[in-house]
Amino acid sequence: MATYSTNEFRGGLKVMLDNDPCAIIENEFVKPGKGQAFNRVKIRNLKTGRVIERTFKSGETLEGADVVDVEMQYLYNDGSFRHFMKPDTFEQYQADEKTVGDAVQWLKDQDNCTVTLWNDAPLAVTPANFVELAIVETDPGVRGDTSGGGGKPAKLETGAVVRVPLFVQTGEVIKVDTRTGEYISRVKD
Amino acid sequence: MIHPGNLSGADWRPGCSIEFLRQRAELLRQIREFFRARDVLEVETPLLSQAIGTDPQLAFFRTEFDFPPLRQAMYLQTSPEFAMKRLLAAGSGSIYQICKAFRNGEAGRFHNPEFTMLEWYRVGFCLADLMDECEALIGSLFAGIKALEPAQRFGYCSLFADYTRLNAAEFSPADYRAYAEASGLPEAVTVCGDDHATWLDFLFSHRIQPHLGIGRLCMVYGYPACQSSLARLNEHDPLITDRVELFIDGVELGNGFFELADPEEQNRRFDQELAARRQQKLPVALKDERLLAALRAGLPDCSGIAIGIDRLLMVLFGKPSIGDVVSFSINRA
Repeated sequence: MATYSTNEFRGGLKVMLDNDPCAIIENEFVKPGKGQAFNRVKIRNLKTGRVIERTFKSGETLEGADVVDVEMQYLYNDGSFRHFMKPDTFEQYQADEKTVGDAVQWLKDQDNCTVTLWNDAPLAVTPANFVELAIVETDPGVRGDTSGGGGKPAKLETGAVVRVPLFVQTGEVIKVDTRTGEYISRVKD
Repeated sequence: MIHPGNLSGADWRPGCSIEFLRQRAELLRQIREFFRARDVLEVETPLLSQAIGTDPQLAFFRTEFDFPPLRQAMYLQTSPEFAMKRLLAAGSGSIYQICKAFRNGEAGRFHNPEFTMLEWYRVGFCLADLMDECEALIGSLFAGIKALEPAQRFGYCSLFADYTRLNAAEFSPADYRAYAEASGLPEAVTVCGDDHATWLDFLFSHRIQPHLGIGRLCMVYGYPACQSSLARLNEHDPLITDRVELFIDGVELGNGFFELADPEEQNRRFDQELAARRQQKLPVALKDERLLAALRAGLPDCSGIAIGIDRLLMVLFGKPSIGDVVSFSINRA
């Protein structure tokens, strides 16, 4: 893997830091007029998701991390692993619960998602920004109420719970923004 | 961040508006008026020189004077300091200059590898006199544009102790390391190692500088001797040096000295810096023998300071990046 100098650190670059794969978020050059130059760098640890700040001496290098985002199809859950497939090569990957993390509540069989691979092994799973899921359980709303004000909790087929307007009923399919967990609209067949 | 090599033409326009260029020109006009009223002579010195500053922290641009059969190495100045001191030794009296200075390897939100510098020297001024004049100049340039609170002056060591409880003048590795660990900067231990000056730079720039001069001019004077650069050691306390730095809104604007005039001391510092360059495998720099000769002939007692005009414009008009205050920064040059 290539190494990168502090001058090459820019948003999105994937590097190894303390043996973990990380993504550069921000890099600021700091130099007193008569002193040592530093780079103050904001970095996200891709394993833990934590963002840290770290200062380097200018010119220091970090090794690049072999991290790529791949579009995959979610196949099934075998009880201990979730299985994913590259649609073009049919190559399959398995990820444990920790790797899948919060994405699990949005994953429906056959749906597409993004799997981040580190050295060809799943590191993280990101659901599509918008998913369409059926409601399996919600209180019956007041018929004719279309105001959308207030809302009520609704349980989706994947287990996620989102707030929906009162007029939305069990069995309906809704569109949800997975980044905020918010209801967007009903999906008409 | 710069993206050199992009010559698509998409970014042919300047980084700032034409209206802003007018404000920039107005600032330069006011500076010239300020010094004319005080009878300080405007001078010009070469940007290209045969010798260059030896400071290991300053990387220079090297070029060649192609004059067959000679190919003479020449350097773009990192500041006009040496040439201006030669004028002072030649009897110029107080002088100022507005010019470009060049620093290799520096680019970022607060750095452009070529930038505009205001540098001036006042014969007969001690450091306190120079600080008075800085306050007057900054006050007159901000008047009517941005209100400033009254200026502050802090001794470096007491300021350092206020923020970190550490003694800046004397290096205690164990105390410095303990402070770094306790204040969320554990990487300082490996970055700074056993180098006192690097420790001071690291801790000052991370823990102190961001708080200096918020809405006002802040002047920090009396730097530890290991950061003396071209300043004299204080006549009462040899652990500190007669150097001052200017800050507004946490931005470093300028650096000034009660100028070192002793040619032998200057020669020693050059040799130390050249040795440091060799040790760090940095490009070889040539000692400026003409400066040493000028000091031997006699530099009048004087204080001098350089202020970055681009950064001054940034704080004056609240611009987030140096690319917002110059016509074409390095990535558009």
